[in-house]
Amino acid sequence: MTSAAQRTPARRNRSGIRRGQGVGGYLFTAPAVILLLVFLVVPILMALWVSFSDWGGNGSPFSSGVHFVGFTNYASITSGGGLSEQDFGTSLRNNLWYVIFVVPTQTVLALLLAVLVNNRLLKGRGFFRTAFYFPSVTSSVAITVLWYFLFNPTGAVNEVLGAIGLHGPNWPADADGLVHNLLALVGVRNGPGFLVNGGFLGVSWWDWLSGPSVGMMIIITMVVFTTAGTFMLLFIAALQNLSQEVEEAAMVDGATSWQRFRLVTLPQLRTTIFTVLTLGLIGTWQVFDQVLVGSQGNPEKTTLTPAYLSYVAGFQEQNWGQAAAIAFILFAIIVAFTLLQRFVLRERGVSARRMRRAGFDRGGDGGYRPAHEDLLTAAVVAGGTSGRPGQGGTL
Amino acid sequence: MTTTTTTTTAPAPAVPATGRRAAGPRRRPIRAGTPVLYLVLIVIAVIYIFPFLIELATSFKTEVDATSNPVSLIPPTWTTAAYAYLFSQSDFPLWFANSAIVTVAVTVGRTLFDSAAGYALARLQFRGRNVIYAGLIAVMAVPGVVLLIPKFLVINQLGMYDSYSGMIVPLIADAAGVFIMKNFFESIPVAVEEAARIDGAGTLRLFWSVILPMARPALVTIIILSFQGSWNELAHFIVSSSSPNLYTLTKGVASLSSGQLGAAKRYPVQLGAAAIMTIPVAILFIVFQKRITNTATGAVKE
Repeated sequence: MTSAAQRTPARRNRSGIRRGQGVGGYLFTAPAVILLLVFLVVPILMALWVSFSDWGGNGSPFSSGVHFVGFTNYASITSGGGLSEQDFGTSLRNNLWYVIFVVPTQTVLALLLAVLVNNRLLKGRGFFRTAFYFPSVTSSVAITVLWYFLFNPTGAVNEVLGAIGLHGPNWPADADGLVHNLLALVGVRNGPGFLVNGGFLGVSWWDWLSGPSVGMMIIITMVVFTTAGTFMLLFIAALQNLSQEVEEAAMVDGATSWQRFRLVTLPQLRTTIFTVLTLGLIGTWQVFDQVLVGSQGNPEKTTLTPAYLSYVAGFQEQNWGQAAAIAFILFAIIVAFTLLQRFVLRERGVSARRMRRAGFDRGGDGGYRPAHEDLLTAAVVAGGTSGRPGQGGTL
Repeated sequence: MTTTTTTTTAPAPAVPATGRRAAGPRRRPIRAGTPVLYLVLIVIAVIYIFPFLIELATSFKTEVDATSNPVSLIPPTWTTAAYAYLFSQSDFPLWFANSAIVTVAVTVGRTLFDSAAGYALARLQFRGRNVIYAGLIAVMAVPGVVLLIPKFLVINQLGMYDSYSGMIVPLIADAAGVFIMKNFFESIPVAVEEAARIDGAGTLRLFWSVILPMARPALVTIIILSFQGSWNELAHFIVSSSSPNLYTLTKGVASLSSGQLGAAKRYPVQLGAAAIMTIPVAILFIVFQKRITNTATGAVKE
C-alpha cells in the first residue's frame, strides 16, 4: 500500500486527467466512513462516558440528571466484595479456562486437519475439506441448539458413552470443575487453607483453580468443532506456500516423515501458528452467542463470561454503568492481544511480505485471485468487527 | 517410515501427508501409511458429519423418540409434526422473512459502500486518505462483542431502536470489507482506467461501468461474507430490537431453545428450525464451495 501511495502522485504530475479526484474521494469514502464513525467510534466514546456515569437507562445519557461518578463503576466490579465483583471474577475465571482449553485444542486440530487434507494424492480431498469446514459457516445459534441436544442427559453423547460402559454426567447441569474433579479422584475434596481463604475478585484461589465446569465442556467442544475448520484453511494456505526444496533436501538426507514435519514444516509455519493462536485468543474472549442461547451462564454461573455478564448487567439489570465498564475491561484484554499480534508480526519483518501478498496474484483461471492468507485473516477478523464473536472463534 | 507413522500418536497421520507431498515427481510406490490416512480421515469426517445427520433425523422424530432414541438416524416413527408446527403455528415464516430482508439489505449496502470506499482509498488522490486508511485499520481491531452495549446506546439515542433501520444500517458498517476491496483494487492494472479517463469518463461513470465489472471476484467475496455474516448474526439483533415482529431466525430459534420455563424441551421443533436456517448458508456454501475451500478468494468464516 505504501508503494501505491508513492506511485500515484508521480502519475498525477504527468497529466491533468485526475482532476476532481478530491471530491470523488470524499464522496466515495463518505458512506463507509460515516457508518463506521456513527456505529463504531461514537458508540465507543458514548459507552466510555456511560462507564463513568450513573446513567440508569432512562432518557439520554447526556441529559442533566446524569452525573460523572469517576471510577465508581469500575471499582464496584473490581473491588468492594459485592456480588458484582464476585460475578465479574467468576466470569473472568470461566473465560480464562475456556481460553486455556479451546485455543490450544483448536490450533492443534486445525493443523492436523490441514496436514491430513493437504495431500495431493488424496482422493476426495474436496469432500474432506468441505466436511471439516462446513460447521464453520453454519450459524452459532443452530449449532448451539444442536449441541445442547447432543449433550442433554438422555442425549446422543451419553447414549454413546453408555454403549462403551461409561455413565455420562448430566452435562448442562453439572457445575463441578474438571480440575476439582481430578483432584477428587485422588481424594482431595477441599483445598488447603491458604487457597480457600485467599482470593482475587471475590473468588477464592481454590475456585480460580477449579478448571472449566462439566457444563462449560459443552461450549468448549462446540467451539473447537466449529472453528477448527476456519483455521484449517489458514494452515492449508500456508502449507501450499512452503517451498518443496527444503523438504526434499531433508528427505534426501534420510529424515523420517515425522522429523521432516517437526524440523522442517513446523518451523516454517511459525507465523501462521502465531496468527492462529492470537486470532484464537481474540475470538475466545468474545464468547457470547453460545452462552446466551445455550446456558445463560448456568450451571451455577460456571459458563458466565464477561461478554454475557456485560449484556446481563445492561439489558436485564439496567446497570448500564457497570455493563459499559465490563465491556471496556474486556476491550482492553482483547486489544492487548491484537496489538501483540500486530507488533510481533511486524517485528519479524513479516509485514512487508504480508502486504505484498495482500495484493492479488493473477490466478491461472484468468480471474484475479487474492493471496489467501491475508484475506482469510481479514475474513476471520471481520467476524470481530461485525459484532459477531465468530462461532466462538472466531472468530 | 511406515513404522513411525503407525506408532507415533497424534500427529502421526501428518506423516504420510507430508511425505507424499514431498515425493513430488519421483513418486514412490503407494506406502502402507495410506490406508491409515484414509481411516483417520474417514473417522474424523464421520464425527464431523454425524451431528448434522442427527439434527435432520431428530427433526422427523416424535418428541418421545427424540430423547429415548437420540442416536438413531432413522426415526422409529416418521412425523413431520415439527415442521407443521414451525410453519403453521409459530412465527417461523416471519423470522425467515425478517432474516431475508436484513440479509439482502446489508449485503447490497456493504457491496456498494465497501467497493466505493475501497476504490477511493486505492486509487483516488485526496487529502486525508491516509488518515482514513489508518482509522480503518484501527477500527478493525475493535472486538464486536465489546460493542454490544455501546451500539445499543447509539441506536437508542438516534431513535432507531426496534426498527429495521436499527437492525440493518449499523451492520452495513464494515471496515474489513473496505480493506478487502482496497487490496483488490490496488492489484489490478491502472491502464484501463487511465484510458477511460482520457476518453473523458468522470469518476462516477468510470467506477460504475469500468471498475465494478472488473472487481467481480472481490465482490463475490464481499457478498459471501456479508450474506453469511448477517444471516447468522445474533448479538446485534438482540441489542437493536425487542419486538417479536422483528425477530430474525437467529433470535427466534434462540427463543425456542431457551423457551419458557416448564415448557417441554421440544427438540424436534428446535432441530427442525436449526436445520432450515442452515439451508440458505449451505446453498451459498455449495455454490461457492470451490472458491471457499480452495481458499482462492478467502474464507467465508466470520
